[in-house]
Amino acid sequence: MTDFVQLWVYLSSTPLFGLTATLVVYVLAQAFYARMGQAPWANPVLWSVVTLAAGLTATGTAYPTYFSGAQFIHFLLGPAVVALAWPLWQRRAALRAHGLRFALAALLGGATAAGTAVGLALALGLPLEIVLSLAPKSVTAPVAMGVAEKIGGIPALAAVFAVVTGMVGALSGKYLFDALGIGTDSTGWMARGFALGTAAHGIGAARALQVNDDAGAWAALALGLQVVIASLLIPLAARLF
Amino acid sequence: MKALQGFAWLLVLQSAGEALARLLKLPFPGPVVGMVLLLGALRWPLVRDSVAAVAEFLLLHLSLLFVPVGVGVMTHLGLLSQYGLRMGVVIVLSTWMGLGVTALVLRTLMRGDGPKAGSVAGDGDTA
Repeated sequence: MTDFVQLWVYLSSTPLFGLTATLVVYVLAQAFYARMGQAPWANPVLWSVVTLAAGLTATGTAYPTYFSGAQFIHFLLGPAVVALAWPLWQRRAALRAHGLRFALAALLGGATAAGTAVGLALALGLPLEIVLSLAPKSVTAPVAMGVAEKIGGIPALAAVFAVVTGMVGALSGKYLFDALGIGTDSTGWMARGFALGTAAHGIGAARALQVNDDAGAWAALALGLQVVIASLLIPLAARLF
Repeated sequence: MKALQGFAWLLVLQSAGEALARLLKLPFPGPVVGMVLLLGALRWPLVRDSVAAVAEFLLLHLSLLFVPVGVGVMTHLGLLSQYGLRMGVVIVLSTWMGLGVTALVLRTLMRGDGPKAGSVAGDGDTA
């Protein structure tokens, strides 16, 4: 028995543990998601986060210990942001033809998401640090962290808000679009995908990609645009107020 | 080997992005500058062919990359129990507003242009 305890103490403190746990739990969550017919509530990010957080808490493993391994996955967010140039490039013809419309939709949608978040947070009396961490929540996590740091929010909190935002979009987007009468013709998929990329970044884009190839490509395009728009405009807006 | 070259390109451009952002005090995070640099570099088949494979792999599994940060929610349980409900309301409502406005604006803008509007690769309706 003590051997097992010692083994656990040893294994759980090496980077191998965090990395292995993250990958294994995610692969299982992905399989569960597929088994459930990709139902929005079975979202793999949601269940991976819940399972890992519960497991770490139950075993008394500290987050920094876990992160010493998980950081290798976390690190890939940077190259993934760079890689967003690829879907932008693939859709360059559409970008050239409708660039202004995409920019307008991305600008209005992004401003609405950030603006209503800040407005509501202030109205509900949340502390300023939290309000500022909420502002960049619709941008992909690494960028949200950078923006939050710049405007005086808490980067770690901003990243969590971004992940939760992505999950909300991935979980409820379908029902919202149905309720708004956004169809499933090519324009409808474009609007759905683009909206998910704009307001629910990478997690929304991943959901869009799983449901419809075309929607996924528009989501990736929107994600790339939003990254540029938000990292330029949110710090600017924060300086003005 | 192709994928490895592509990954090297991503890292080189991210590093260049970080350096430029810092040196020129740009308002963008380094990886965003790297993305813009890559967009320019994709003109060259040498870059394009190698980046394509790795970019598609990374973006296909993008949601995995958010898990480590997401688990960080466990370190904010104090804030969560104090403000959780209000933060949840803010996130849910503002996300819906953002999704709705974007989708409606884009659909309205595209409608004026007839049905062919966006399809590049044709409709891949699967769901």
